[in-house]
Amino acid sequence: MRLPGILGRSTLLRNFLLALVAIGLLMGLTEVMSEYRNTQLADIAYTVCAAAGLTILTGLSGQISLGNGAFMFVGAYTVALLLKHHPWFHTIVGYNNREFILVLLASVVVAAAVGGLVGAAAARLRGPYLAGVTLALALGLPVLPDYSHLESKLGGHAGFPVTAPLQPGSVNYFRWQAWICCIAAVLTVFLLANLASSRVGRAFRAVRDDEIAASLAGLPVARIQILAFVVSAATAGLAGGLFAVVADSVSPGSFPLSLSLGLLAAAVFGGLGSLSGAVYGSVLITLLPQWSTDLSHQLSLSTNVVNNLPIAVYGLALVVAMLVFPFGLQGLLAQVWARARRRVGATRLATR
Amino acid sequence: MTPVNLIIYGMANGTIYGAVALALVLIWRSTRIVNFAQGGMLMFTTFIAWELVERHHQSYWLGLVVAIAAGLVLGAVVERLLVRPVENGPPLNAVIVTLGLLLALEAVAGMIWGNGLSSYPPEFSLNFYHVGHQVIYLSPNFLFIVIAALAVMVALYLLFQRTSLGLRMRSSAFNPEVARLLGVRVGRMLTLGWALAAGVGALAGVLIAGTEPNYMNPNGFDGLLILGFTAAVIGGLDSPVGAVVGGLVVGVALQLLDNYVSGDIDFFFVFALLVVVLMVRPNGLFSRRSVRRV
Repeated sequence: MRLPGILGRSTLLRNFLLALVAIGLLMGLTEVMSEYRNTQLADIAYTVCAAAGLTILTGLSGQISLGNGAFMFVGAYTVALLLKHHPWFHTIVGYNNREFILVLLASVVVAAAVGGLVGAAAARLRGPYLAGVTLALALGLPVLPDYSHLESKLGGHAGFPVTAPLQPGSVNYFRWQAWICCIAAVLTVFLLANLASSRVGRAFRAVRDDEIAASLAGLPVARIQILAFVVSAATAGLAGGLFAVVADSVSPGSFPLSLSLGLLAAAVFGGLGSLSGAVYGSVLITLLPQWSTDLSHQLSLSTNVVNNLPIAVYGLALVVAMLVFPFGLQGLLAQVWARARRRVGATRLATR
Repeated sequence: MTPVNLIIYGMANGTIYGAVALALVLIWRSTRIVNFAQGGMLMFTTFIAWELVERHHQSYWLGLVVAIAAGLVLGAVVERLLVRPVENGPPLNAVIVTLGLLLALEAVAGMIWGNGLSSYPPEFSLNFYHVGHQVIYLSPNFLFIVIAALAVMVALYLLFQRTSLGLRMRSSAFNPEVARLLGVRVGRMLTLGWALAAGVGALAGVLIAGTEPNYMNPNGFDGLLILGFTAAVIGGLDSPVGAVVGGLVVGVALQLLDNYVSGDIDFFFVFALLVVVLMVRPNGLFSRRSVRRV
């Protein structure tokens, strides 16, 4: 189905309008939701940032990363340290939006830089080697605060609290957090959607499908692969920065291996390479712990079961998704949609 | 610690990493899959043994045998049910399936045994030997570990090189099509390969769990998986001998870094080591140079 006029021709304009509508709807949603639900929405929104970046990396450019939680770690610590140490931030009593945006941008830039380093190493690696290195990254980076020479600066194993900037005027604090995260998520998805349908996105796909053909067509394969890592690290850094603010603190324990694998679960479950899939996937992996807690209260299960149920479901979701619907929820929906259309088409033909 | 002691201690630890690396290499050779679930599988079998030894007061040896048997069964079941359907698909799918299995096993172990720390009772003393007044960083327990790991490695070598079953397994890994034409049940050989690998992993799990108090935890074996992977990569991922040597290299390197730089950030060192090795030799230190691309 194609839209008429300029909307049908300009992807940029269409995506922009969609983004505006999404922000409007989300703002409206935060008005009617409780504080608790707003915090959940904020959790979903920053997860969307990270999962969308991962789906671009793994789905479009074909490089697996099991270590995007480590980039979240980098982003979160960047925000936390800037908010802790920068006097200019604290002298502004009350609130100043612009500084906060700068701090978040810093988290994006620092994480992107780290992503560039990892990507430079990753561009030489394929398949299981890349998976192993990024897995080691997910475990290896978040232990750095334990290093004795960095302990005083990074707060050691216990981490340190993050003083989040105050909300403007009379806005509810939790609603304000949900706003920031939702705007960031919509902006991220908007930018990534345009990237995916641009020249760069086509280059990612070309490299994923056939490196040799891509390089014969004149594409700088290694540079494109590094760029994909930079993009996904940047979005993960943003997600980490937002996480630090929403969670009010950072510590190495907030970035376990299961965080990185949870992000992968979100991207895979939604359908690798699909941005809307990354959104469903993020909603699922964020709400799952809560659902499993509710369920186990009703069934009065033991705390061991309650604590581990979400991880078990992530794991099973990954396995089942790969065995039953390797293209994820988005692929499943597309299949159902195509079948329905075919059936409608068939009946139309029959009645004609 | 004197340098000599560091090396002895590192090599003793390294034999365990080598055993995990061997488990990964066996599977890589037969199915071209890196089994990221290995850490979870050996954790699970070690917990089964712990349940017997610690809670039901059975002997250490019964625990060890049960763990290895459980590993053999688990490996075979995993290959038949989960890996077979994705074996010939894109490599990414197989990686994701093994990761999903890793998460699921860790979660199920957490449900059954909790997420706290517990200790695995070692059969032999953890006290170091003395020569005169000089302490040697080798305990009876470590001596047992080295002997057990070496025995398994030799047994596997004999199986692969000296028996007809080993020949059939090698042929189905080397060229499944031709092996099938010659009447080898390739599918069965792959299942057996996974079972053997998981059995070796299970042994490594029980061995390392006894080396220090409070080792047992559902997530506590993630590090061992990465260490084993690093060792396997150093060895070229394709060579069983390389995997064992890689294990020793990783063990000694880690002890040296621990002692001279910092003892708190092992995982970071492993990451750095892995990156350095892969940058220098993307196909591992022991692999023969192969033509990558035309």
